[in-house]
Amino acid sequence: MHSIPGRRLIMGLFLIFLLLPIYWLVNMSFKTNAEIVSSMTLWPHTPTLQHYKRIFTDESWYSGYINSLEYVVLNTIISISVALPAAYAFSRYRFLGDKHLFFWLLSNRMAPAAVYALPFFNLYSAIGLFDTPWAVALAHCIFNVPLAVWILEGFVSGVPREIDETAFLDGYSFPRFFIKILVPLIASGIGVAAFFCFMFSWVELLLARTLTSVSAKPIAAIMTRTVSAAGMDWGLLAAAGVLTIIPGALVIWFVRNYIASGFALGRV
Amino acid sequence: MDKTVNQKAWFLVLPVFLVVAFSAVLPLMTVVNYSMQDTFGNNQFFWNGVGWFKELLDPSTDLGGRFLASLGRNLFFSMVILAIEVPLGIVVALSMPRQGWTVAACLVILALPLLIPWNVVGTIWQIFGRPDIGLLGYVLNHIGLDYNYVSNDIDAWVTVIVMDVWHWTSLVALLCYAGLKSIPEAYYQAAQIDGASRWAVFKAIQLPKMNRVLLIAVLLRFMDSFMIYTEPFVVTGGGPGNSTTFVSIELVKIALGQFDLGKAAALSLVYNLIILIVCWIFYTVMTNAGAERKPQEGAA
Repeated sequence: MHSIPGRRLIMGLFLIFLLLPIYWLVNMSFKTNAEIVSSMTLWPHTPTLQHYKRIFTDESWYSGYINSLEYVVLNTIISISVALPAAYAFSRYRFLGDKHLFFWLLSNRMAPAAVYALPFFNLYSAIGLFDTPWAVALAHCIFNVPLAVWILEGFVSGVPREIDETAFLDGYSFPRFFIKILVPLIASGIGVAAFFCFMFSWVELLLARTLTSVSAKPIAAIMTRTVSAAGMDWGLLAAAGVLTIIPGALVIWFVRNYIASGFALGRV
Repeated sequence: MDKTVNQKAWFLVLPVFLVVAFSAVLPLMTVVNYSMQDTFGNNQFFWNGVGWFKELLDPSTDLGGRFLASLGRNLFFSMVILAIEVPLGIVVALSMPRQGWTVAACLVILALPLLIPWNVVGTIWQIFGRPDIGLLGYVLNHIGLDYNYVSNDIDAWVTVIVMDVWHWTSLVALLCYAGLKSIPEAYYQAAQIDGASRWAVFKAIQLPKMNRVLLIAVLLRFMDSFMIYTEPFVVTGGGPGNSTTFVSIELVKIALGQFDLGKAAALSLVYNLIILIVCWIFYTVMTNAGAERKPQEGAA
């Protein structure tokens, strides 16, 4: 691949631009509030873990992480399990309305969450799911299911059709073929799809905040509310922010070659 | 690979259909229902026909004025970030190292902002830009610029735009990089033999190969910036005044702040319709581009 002159400099500057704000957040999470407010220091002069300690010991804080993880995991499981058969269908067969269905899914991925906030609130209140992880998990399906279908479709299409045919000739029933042969073959694809469902559910705030009030409140909502109540506890806010970045940062290495594909709905 | 026609495939698609119908069609029906009615609370509703829609599109009313103003701001915002992020993304993709461990390192750092929860993106820039405790705000004020995103409209806009560039340029870059990687080395060798300049290589080889990914990048960036909510909400709260109130922020204010169901529903429908139309245009262009590519692939 041929590059442009000065590429090292451009890349270096851009990476610094990306990392500097994150560094500032991490830096601040290790400072005492007195140091944050009183002086401008480029690194923590009196490093402290008090903010992290507070988050891990105060239930109103750490329960937010547990709540968030609960609906994110639920959503990932629902999305992947309904998307798998559909991905197979889109990859192998042509059927009535397939193109329209495809566009419909695309349009749902693009639908603004703000439009759905209020009707979701009414819907899930009416069926008694409001303020449970299920409400958020189902609501996030609106953008995660289409995404999972597309990513998985790409991986299923990579499996040669002869494998299906041989399996059926050997007397495999469809469900058995699906679970015993196809799923292991596209295991890495399922991993990638699960990662992106997890990620998109994890970063969303508006729906998660609207559909919960007390018992299922996600960490993102706790962050926004506590800030105003506690009179700007900057160090604590920064520490809570750093902790939400960690899940993404941990797995990023394993999916680095699939990131473009995941964000482009498997179309790259 | 030709696909076989099989209507039974619908059974495989049915779960997806049901889940998405439950979380998309059902709520949308209630929106349509509300958009035709007015309420004075207590669950009493009155038929209002197309009244809300008329008001929505008439800039002289309160609702219409707010909607059209936020729509204008939002479109302007989308255009500005596209104009910055697309060229910058291409430049960054072209600047990627060629091989070695630095490739993986660059990919990982580039992807990092994409995986940060949106409200934390807002928090990061809220802290980073503050004149008293943020590095950016502090430095800008110390070199003599009077920068304060809380009180100054233009500073608020600059902050929101720089934040979006920070958050999403990597996406454009990663997509372009994926497109660039698919170019066979032979193309470059041929260009070298022909004595093509760097610019000619870019125009004749790299740009055409990136067409498709760029289309997707523009689509995703336009859509996501058109429905942006969380990041500006956390940083500026739509202010100062209404200067950074985008359509989603306005909608949430009306729907969940004032509980004005009829107005919010009418706004939602018009908003959704705009998205649907843009989406359809892109989809048509994308599938057409795909159809043109296929014969070439067959020949090669």
